[in-house]
Amino acid sequence: MLVLQILIDGFAISALYALGATGFTLIFGVSGVLNLSHGAIMVLAAVAAWAAGSVLHASTYVGALIGVATALVAAIVTYFLIVQPIQRSSKIPHEEKEIFVLTGTLLWGIMIQELIAYFFTNNAKTVLPIVEGVVSIAGVRTPSNEIFTAVVCCLVILLLWGLVNRTRTGKVVLAASMNPRGVTLLGYELTSVYVVVWSIYGVLAGIAGVLLGMFLGVSSYSVGPLTASAFSIVVLGGLGSVSGSLIAAFVVGYLETLTAYLVSPAYRTIPALLLLVAVMYVRPQGLLGRR
Amino acid sequence: MAGLFKARLLWIGLVVVILAATLPLYVSGYVLGLLTVAYYFGVFAMAWDLLFGFAGEVNFGPTFLIGVGAYTAGILDNQYGISVYLCIVAGAAAAVVAGLVLALPALRVRGPYFGLTTLVAVLMLQNFIVVFADLTGGEIGLTIPDVISIDAGTNYWIALGFMALSAVILYGLSQSPVGLILQASGQDPVQAGALGFNIVKHKLAAFVVSAFFSGLSGALLVFYFGTASVGTVVDVSVGVQVIVAAVLGGRRTVLGAALGAIFLIVAGEFLRPTGELATFIVSTVALLAIMFVPNGFLGAALSRVRS
Repeated sequence: MLVLQILIDGFAISALYALGATGFTLIFGVSGVLNLSHGAIMVLAAVAAWAAGSVLHASTYVGALIGVATALVAAIVTYFLIVQPIQRSSKIPHEEKEIFVLTGTLLWGIMIQELIAYFFTNNAKTVLPIVEGVVSIAGVRTPSNEIFTAVVCCLVILLLWGLVNRTRTGKVVLAASMNPRGVTLLGYELTSVYVVVWSIYGVLAGIAGVLLGMFLGVSSYSVGPLTASAFSIVVLGGLGSVSGSLIAAFVVGYLETLTAYLVSPAYRTIPALLLLVAVMYVRPQGLLGRR
Repeated sequence: MAGLFKARLLWIGLVVVILAATLPLYVSGYVLGLLTVAYYFGVFAMAWDLLFGFAGEVNFGPTFLIGVGAYTAGILDNQYGISVYLCIVAGAAAAVVAGLVLALPALRVRGPYFGLTTLVAVLMLQNFIVVFADLTGGEIGLTIPDVISIDAGTNYWIALGFMALSAVILYGLSQSPVGLILQASGQDPVQAGALGFNIVKHKLAAFVVSAFFSGLSGALLVFYFGTASVGTVVDVSVGVQVIVAAVLGGRRTVLGAALGAIFLIVAGEFLRPTGELATFIVSTVALLAIMFVPNGFLGAALSRVRS
């Protein structure tokens, strides 16, 4: 019984982690940017969905759509307002662009977090779930919302896989991650490729944020831990490797669930961090990363 | 012109420190307390700048070193009642050891991976403090029975003297041949290695020096606060503040980092009436600064003098 419960709960959490981390790793793979405002964008999506529901009295579907749209806009704004100006700045030496993008997106994330706290307070907000009720899977009572979360996450990841591998746009994105100069030589504008990637990222982070808001609830305090967890999953899987982060998300998700059930919920993040440290020592490029 | 400016810098610095030392004669204890904290933060930022600006390594976990120093000193005092000065020395030593443990494997990796490792170290430390709450006080914080002094003026002078001394050592180090080698290995490790310099050894030395000053300053800070908590010496946001201070003041200037830290702390205090928006305003200013004046206050001033 406990085993089944851990399997089910772990799957939902892992799928959510996977969705959150996929967009993050996609941006790194294509444009070499680690977006540290990731957690803020996820929380923004959840809070927008919550506000649409409780302030504007929109239906749960409309609320969820508003949440995802907000994240999409936030992601594109992040790219044009923060990332692109830093990358194009002539005052910042080339080898230091990375740290400036990191610091810039981190500050941007703090700004979003503070604005959320200012307008919507620090209180935890739970988005009304789209599916309600409880179902019993082989004797384990599971909220339908949890199953919904897992299904949506898997579907979106599948869709993303199809988009990247089966469509023309996806192939350009893939090519840009391998050789940006080659793509420009073929007549593609790199900026528009990046906009596509950031849009995909925005939608993924938005869906993950809204689902998280329905599943566990969010507050402006979740910004840091969310960025950190996406970060550690992506590092564990290997920076830039989407399949690596999927595996890592499930490893981290199940490790946390196991610890929470078998040891204590207070220690849930520790084994994953220990594993991360061990991986950094033995194989710094992560499970499937390239150097 | 640049050489003249550097020689003059010493005199300017001396005058500023002497002027600052007279402050307790005519300002309130409130201002002194604020500046005391700002000076310790200045040391954090200078120690970070030595690592980033010169060795070219982005340490996302300055608070790992600070926190280890602060908590070691605090726990020794709280649990065993050892004298304050021994605790502070032990804190600095523990930070150096922690720095070595962190740097040995972390320096094998380059670029973002190094930053990630250091960030993970902070998260680990944070978790351990919360888990071993019996020893560390957990999320509430650790009470420290002893203080260095209860006099605001004395505390202020200790902080000022400590910052000035650290500034002289760190700045001197950055201008020495060792500093040049560090800078070279930060900018082009392959060429610096080809010139026969042991890059890893130099970077490791930079990390140890940075850890020593971070830990020492962290230990002094908890004895000033009388408490050590995750929110004041370990949290990632504290580390971000240190990094922002260093970048704001000017990378590769060491002294600019201290100016940036003092500016940040004082600005945060001035913005207190704006309530919850204070952090927002400080982050916005810092973001605008790194985007439009990426060389920082002192960096921009220096390049103006040079041209």
